[in-house]
Amino acid sequence: MPTNVTKAEAEAPSARSWYPAVGLAWLIPGGGHFLLKRRGRGALLLACVLAMFMLGLLMRGAMFQPQTGDVLTTVIYVGGFLGDLASGLLYLLTVWLGYNQPDMAGHVHDYGTKFLVAAGLLNILAMVDAYEIAIGKKE
Amino acid sequence: MPKMNLTHFEAAVLFALFSSVVLGVVTKRTDSERIRYGVRCFVYFVVALFGLGWLMHFGHG
Repeated sequence: MPTNVTKAEAEAPSARSWYPAVGLAWLIPGGGHFLLKRRGRGALLLACVLAMFMLGLLMRGAMFQPQTGDVLTTVIYVGGFLGDLASGLLYLLTVWLGYNQPDMAGHVHDYGTKFLVAAGLLNILAMVDAYEIAIGKKE
Repeated sequence: MPKMNLTHFEAAVLFALFSSVVLGVVTKRTDSERIRYGVRCFVYFVVALFGLGWLMHFGHG
């Protein structure tokens, strides 16, 4: 048996314990919680992320495409794209079904774009929570 | 699909509502703590909304 395993490595949770929960949490908002038998919290997370995403679509928000250039452009467009992508299946289905709203002027479109990104960011919080439950750090 | 038209206020309150629920769910450990924290976040969001609204109103002169 190898003896060069550090204490931190030995105490680290195995990837097998959290990969499925975090992967499912990304793909389906609240899915990680359902997998870990936290159905009430999973349902709340699913409802909130789904409502936020649907409102974003109904307000005709634009999806970010990754663009590079100056620092600000890179941060906004790559960050926005990652935020959109964090919604998992909602984002993938929307893009696959051909949703392609151009970025237009107007506060409703603008709120829509922010709602779409915020849905992904809330899903990241749900994924972190699912991870903490999966490794036993949280009930 | 019809386009939904919301005012600034309606959109911001909906944003506050959903964000507060998620923050409450993922942050605290017991249900009562989650409810209290979610409600507190929502109140803070709405207070900030009114505060910034009045700030912009006076800022415009």
